[in-house]
Amino acid sequence: MNEKVETIKKELENSLKKVNDMKSLNDVRVEYLGKKGKVTELSTHMKDLDNNQKKEFGKILNNLRKSVENSLESLKVKIEEEELNKRLEAESIDVTLPGNKLHVGSIHPLNKIIKEVEDLFISMGYDVAEGPEIETDLYNFELLNLPAGHPARDAQDSFYINDELLLRSQTSPVQIRTMLANKEKTPIRIICPGKVYRKDNDDATHSHEFHQIEGLVVDKDISMNHLKGTLEAMAHHLFGEDVQIRFRPSYFPFTEPSFEVDLTCFKCEGKGCSMCKGTGWIEVLGAGMVHPQVLKNCGYDPEKYTGFAFGVGVERIAMLKYEISDIRDFYTNNTKFLEQFNKFESGEENESK
Amino acid sequence: MRVSKNWLNMYVPISDIDTELIADKMPLIGNEIESVEKLCDATNLVIGKVVSKEKHPNSDKLNVCMVDIGNGKIEQIVCGAKNVDKDQKVIVALPSATLPGGIKISPVKLRGVESNGMICALEELGIESKYVPERSKGGIHILESDAPVGEDAIKYLCYNDDILDVELTANRSDLLSMLGMAYEIGAVYNRQVILPDTSYKEVDDKDIEKLSLDVQTVNCPLYMAKKVVDVKIKESPNFIKARLMAAGIRPINNVVDISNYVMLEYGQPLHFFDSDKLGNKIIVRMAKENEKMTTLDGIERNLNKNDIVIANDKEAVALAGVMGGLSTEVTDDTKNITIESAVFNPLLIRKTSKSIVRSEASIRYEKGLDTQRTKEALNRACHLLEKYADAKILSTTIEHSEVNKVNKVIKISLDKINKILGMSLSKEEVMNIFVRLGFSGEEQDETFMVLVPSRRLDISIPEDLIEEVGRLHGYENMRGTLPTTKIKKGEITPKHKLINSIKQVLTSLGLDEVITYSLTSNEDINKFTNDKFDAVELSSCLSEDKKLVRYSIIPSLVKTIEYNLSRNNNNLKMFEVSNIYYKDKNNYIEETKVAAALSGNYINETFDITGIKTDFYTVKAIVEELLNYLNVKGNFEFKKDNLPKEFHPGRSASIYLNNEQIGYIGQIHPSMSKNEIYVFEISVDKLLGKSRDKIKYKEISKYPEIVKDMAFTLDKDIEIINVMDEIKKHGDKILKDVQVFDVYTGEKIDKDKKSVAFKLVFQDDKKTLTDEEVMSIFNTIISKIEEKFKANLRNK
Repeated sequence: MNEKVETIKKELENSLKKVNDMKSLNDVRVEYLGKKGKVTELSTHMKDLDNNQKKEFGKILNNLRKSVENSLESLKVKIEEEELNKRLEAESIDVTLPGNKLHVGSIHPLNKIIKEVEDLFISMGYDVAEGPEIETDLYNFELLNLPAGHPARDAQDSFYINDELLLRSQTSPVQIRTMLANKEKTPIRIICPGKVYRKDNDDATHSHEFHQIEGLVVDKDISMNHLKGTLEAMAHHLFGEDVQIRFRPSYFPFTEPSFEVDLTCFKCEGKGCSMCKGTGWIEVLGAGMVHPQVLKNCGYDPEKYTGFAFGVGVERIAMLKYEISDIRDFYTNNTKFLEQFNKFESGEENESK
Repeated sequence: MRVSKNWLNMYVPISDIDTELIADKMPLIGNEIESVEKLCDATNLVIGKVVSKEKHPNSDKLNVCMVDIGNGKIEQIVCGAKNVDKDQKVIVALPSATLPGGIKISPVKLRGVESNGMICALEELGIESKYVPERSKGGIHILESDAPVGEDAIKYLCYNDDILDVELTANRSDLLSMLGMAYEIGAVYNRQVILPDTSYKEVDDKDIEKLSLDVQTVNCPLYMAKKVVDVKIKESPNFIKARLMAAGIRPINNVVDISNYVMLEYGQPLHFFDSDKLGNKIIVRMAKENEKMTTLDGIERNLNKNDIVIANDKEAVALAGVMGGLSTEVTDDTKNITIESAVFNPLLIRKTSKSIVRSEASIRYEKGLDTQRTKEALNRACHLLEKYADAKILSTTIEHSEVNKVNKVIKISLDKINKILGMSLSKEEVMNIFVRLGFSGEEQDETFMVLVPSRRLDISIPEDLIEEVGRLHGYENMRGTLPTTKIKKGEITPKHKLINSIKQVLTSLGLDEVITYSLTSNEDINKFTNDKFDAVELSSCLSEDKKLVRYSIIPSLVKTIEYNLSRNNNNLKMFEVSNIYYKDKNNYIEETKVAAALSGNYINETFDITGIKTDFYTVKAIVEELLNYLNVKGNFEFKKDNLPKEFHPGRSASIYLNNEQIGYIGQIHPSMSKNEIYVFEISVDKLLGKSRDKIKYKEISKYPEIVKDMAFTLDKDIEIINVMDEIKKHGDKILKDVQVFDVYTGEKIDKDKKSVAFKLVFQDDKKTLTDEEVMSIFNTIISKIEEKFKANLRNK
């Protein structure tokens, strides 16, 4: 009997050597463990044995079955692994091919700058105020201390709709609206971004529509130092911490004193280059202390309150920051133009210029 | 204002200060410098005398001249100018001379003849041809016969000058004069201003018929006139010519030049009439409607009742403050002159000059004049006419004056100055600045009483004085600080918040924001809307295509798409948020809209995937995602009604929120564009205030979902939204979701039918659903749909 067992084991070993896939493995399983398989057949001899022998033979038979099952199982694991490896190999791709095209939607560069400025000023306790683009002569000019007959009120320079209404030529009327709307005459901190209109023929540096951001602070004891500090914060936020600002006296009817505000040229860092025409400074915005007449016009007592105001041209900031030479590019919206601004800017200087 | 440094030096000594340093300083006190230039950028030029002229042996056009250059030296110079001749005094550039543009002169041989220098034309010295006198046009410049041979020609011509081109702010009318500039520069460098000589001898005129003056309008508050006789018209002295050229004014003759010279000195325009043509009667009045007058430039002008004119007893002879008349012009034959020095209403001068012509005079009148200079300027002109035109000045001055000479005194405290400037100046420092500016004043208890000179029309309130102190002290050392008063959190308006959310959703979905112009044309104003509205129209516009304020953003977006497609930028997804305007009776209404336009693929085709083409359902998905994100309360519907003709009638819809139309969506009509473009536009204002105030969280059910499909064949024209509503209606609480996963029309079913398959998701929040419960509801739904829509369940 033992001989038979040994023979079966040897035969199995030989059969298994020929197995190379799951099918042939299964054939071997049937050949040995199937209903008519060699191991099963051995058990038919059981009935010819006495009780002692039966017990002995039962043990042997059981061991044989287990041994065959183990051999089959380990071969099965091996074949499965081989088959998986073959499949994975067949599934291999060229990882250097480009990825499928997805698109991150972009915010227009002008609105990106507006948002940056808004976020800064909100963080400093300013409200973002709004006003209509169709504005009254009264708010756009008269109450801003530009009386009738002032050259800026000329129909040649502004888009009038009728004698009283025009497309606002500046965001400054929002100052007036905000001060008038504040019935308790409490302190004010606002910025106001928006579209403005001037009767200029479009060319590389002029646009009949453009964007401004207006700022206004009215409070007790506001001085020019506060104006400078605030504009420094904005300049640093937009152009980096190294930028310095300077005030040049100027004239606007609605502020007194008035200034043109220059930044150190960010291209040459103040050494003088073609961008700053050799001066090391670039004019970026107008500002000043709110004219007492403007405060009075809006019900604020200029003896108690002072304030500052500033106005920034958004296109100008964008053109300087990114060295864009033609203002019309902002309004033609070529996707090759727009996509260049669809990127994160860390604002940290981590590479040499 | 172009400022000659030599001239300025007459009134305030600055010849020791480098011109570039002045140019650097000026912007810091508020006067931008356009440019710094030399009147003539040449060296080593001498005055020569042509002693002989021979024809060049080898050239028809050249002459060989022997030129006396002083100190007994005579040089041979070849000259090609037609007007060169023996005995002329000329400008000679000797070897080693430099001319503008870096040209260096050296001895040369011209066609075999030696030439040791060059006889110069004024243009070769960098003088603009408009300044070149008639006799020197097209050739070399011929100097006066008394020009001293051998002397420096540049000095002789007074061309050794620097010019500062100063850009003035609108309020500084005082700087439109050399004297004003002198006070400004004097304040910077703390130097005294020296006033010009206004003295002259008067000739008694009791035997001569006197001038009479009749001012008939309030628009001439001050008018002075004086007669001078026996003038000799000739060329002006070189210094006057050079200074006028530096200022950008063409020298004409001594008399005309003097009127311009005095205007530049004092900022007070003068007008000289030929007395014999004018007569003795001067009337200042408003022009009559359609009154005709020919101005100095020979153009007949049609006047109106807002123009101020000077007239004699016959006709209008000058357009006050703007330009003189041809009939009383000073010419080479003029003997006697009537000088006018006057002040007119600046607003009217501006109107007239704008409709007729802008002149150096009108520029000054428009900004307002110092009434205390009217007489000084008149006297200065008399002084110069006596000196340079041999004039005799008659003693009578006729005058009309309604000007109150009240001195402006402004009171301001040291504390206020320092508070506004954020500085800590002492009273001595402040007083010193006022003194430098030529303001007289007193200080008591740290309060200043400042007497402002009449020339400074720009100073009227204490803040104006603060600016003067600030700009002369300098802002260089100002320290920036942030306001330190009570702070509150910064806020944005609800609309601004809503717009930010809209932009966030649309960019997340891959759309690019654009900004287009708000002004539009008659042709585009009514496109892509069925609304009846009155468009906002500009009373005067730049061009017909920018005449109206737009009502819909879509036309601009479609143009932007086509612009990009024509540049091979394909697969476009763009949106814009913008204000639109219309008129409702007499009210101008502002409304914010969001619009988008898409074309090509939404997701691009690559070697790997087929991509997603943008179609109606892609754009609808964007709108649905947007509205879903905005968390708007109420019911949205897409209906094929009220479609503007610019939309594809079969592939577009009106969008409704709670039965109010809020926008449109769809493909644009093929007649609008050869490209397949999809658009939507929604009123942001109509969404405002409709969003839920917060997210309502619902716990996720722990019990399993049961998913069942059903498909029906039904009439093709049944709108599926109705079937879905019916399914939901009978779904009880356990029907959580209904999706359409297949729509089929084609060969396998009747041609007027379609097959639509739905996926239904059932779930209970509190227990595991049994199959019986689900099937009971499922079967109810089927029978209701079959009944209501005459539908047949498929694959039973």
